[in-house]
Amino acid sequence: MKKVVMGANVFRKDFPFFARKLVYLDTAATSQKPRVVLDAMRKFYEISNANVHRGVYGLADEATQLYEGARKTIARFINASPQEIVFVRNATEGINLVAQAWGRANIKKGETILITQMEHHSNIVPWQLLVKEKGANLLVATITKAGELDVLAFEKLLEKKPKLVAFTHVSNVLGTVNPVKELTALAHKAGAKVLVDACQSIAHMHVDVRNLNCDFLVFSGHKLYGPFVGVLYGKKKLLEEMPPFLCGGDMIKEVSFEKSSWNELPWKFEAGTPDVAGAVGLAAAVFYLEGIGLANVERQEVELVEYAFKKLQKIKAVQIYGPKTRAGVISFNLGDMHAHDVSTVLDEQGVCVRSGHHCAQPLMGVLGIPACARISIGVYTTKEDIDKFLAALQKAKKVFRL
Amino acid sequence: MSMYAEVILDYYRHPRNYGKLNHPQIVSHDMNTSCGDEITMQVEVKDNMVADIRFSGKGCAISQAAASMLTEHVMGLSLGEVAKLNKETMLKLVPIDISPMRLKCALLGFKVLKLGVIKALDRGENHEN
Ligand SMILES: Cc1ncc(COP(=O)(O)O)c(C=O)c1O
Repeated sequence: MKKVVMGANVFRKDFPFFARKLVYLDTAATSQKPRVVLDAMRKFYEISNANVHRGVYGLADEATQLYEGARKTIARFINASPQEIVFVRNATEGINLVAQAWGRANIKKGETILITQMEHHSNIVPWQLLVKEKGANLLVATITKAGELDVLAFEKLLEKKPKLVAFTHVSNVLGTVNPVKELTALAHKAGAKVLVDACQSIAHMHVDVRNLNCDFLVFSGHKLYGPFVGVLYGKKKLLEEMPPFLCGGDMIKEVSFEKSSWNELPWKFEAGTPDVAGAVGLAAAVFYLEGIGLANVERQEVELVEYAFKKLQKIKAVQIYGPKTRAGVISFNLGDMHAHDVSTVLDEQGVCVRSGHHCAQPLMGVLGIPACARISIGVYTTKEDIDKFLAALQKAKKVFRL
Repeated sequence: MSMYAEVILDYYRHPRNYGKLNHPQIVSHDMNTSCGDEITMQVEVKDNMVADIRFSGKGCAISQAAASMLTEHVMGLSLGEVAKLNKETMLKLVPIDISPMRLKCALLGFKVLKLGVIKALDRGENHEN
């Protein structure tokens, strides 16, 4: 256990946020940012700020180089090529891009899209709208009592020959780590394309799109110790075949009043001025995380989650949701307390914990609960944070006489 | 002061006017979808007054306690008076500092009751027309 504390303390000082004496256990919602990210963004604005892909003067080129350099960094990080990296606002926008551009061109009446019960609203609603528009069907693969994807049920649904299978890498509620590579292979065998929501995995384990072999993958930079930008990865061939999503400046090759032709990848999907400083900041976050090494991150976090899980399990009245083997998050309820009450009592003791449905209302229905509380960790989380949280939870128990 | 003052927990654990009425003239229900809080208000009206009132539902301590406190406050008031209750009056009934994020919880019962009463008054007026 000692190693965990040491490791976490080493990283914590990199995060100016912790000048505030808060126990921050909501990294799954958004991570705090290391100083190197904030510095990279400030430096961009103070020294290199210009619009990209436009001016021919030196400064404009410098900004463009930084922006495209960030794209290269992110491509390398997930083992993609830069042409396959599209900057978007967030993961949600990435999924909408695929639903609108790929989906509208490829999903036809009567065809099927397959998702799972553990999806975030972002990976449900865009598909709902698409199937409604097309007269297609949305199927939902079930989870087991233990909170893992029911792979047999998943395989059974693949017999319906879905055109697309969209699922999360790690559940933001259950912490379940889905076997992405195996599920992708199964889906491909059934003739489907695969979209992976990597929001909850990207900062916590090594994600290699070539190895996973998924067709699309999305994540939000703000959950990866970076700023509020998002990334869509798509296989080059697919992105090439897709029509544009948003349109206007930057994404065109030639425009006349009669017609336009599209820019090359990835710019075809980046209409208008992008969040240049955001991309630069995200690249800095990637460098930061690579400096630690994702294997080290994973080892430290798994140990800490195991520690929290064991301690939580010992508290009578605590009900934990999801499997024992998990990444980064633990959702729970305390006796008959509403999750918001748990969160507010903890908040009164300086412990930030998310409560509610976690943008997964259908999953709450499956679990048979209106809401739950959730702790989630990052590289800066210490064993002391967990201990303070546990102490605050004891206080909540006392206040509510559980 | 903590939002979980003794009085809130007392009303949460032992809610006043909790349950259902046999012949309510007003039944009103709503929920906060974001947290799953749910409240139903039932009112027996006599001479345009709140002759009896019950609330039922489930949810957080704040929403349930606040709803319970509201039922005590409005007992015996005229429907017109209930319809005119404002947020500030409602929040004064709950003797704690409610954080902005939890206002919605504290106001759920109030919203449900007020809407139910306003609808009943509208119906009444339509009858007279
Ligand atoms: C699994 C998962 N998918 C998608 C999202 C949506 O991310 P964003 O709001 O940044 O688009 C989240 C974030 O809460 C998430 O946890």
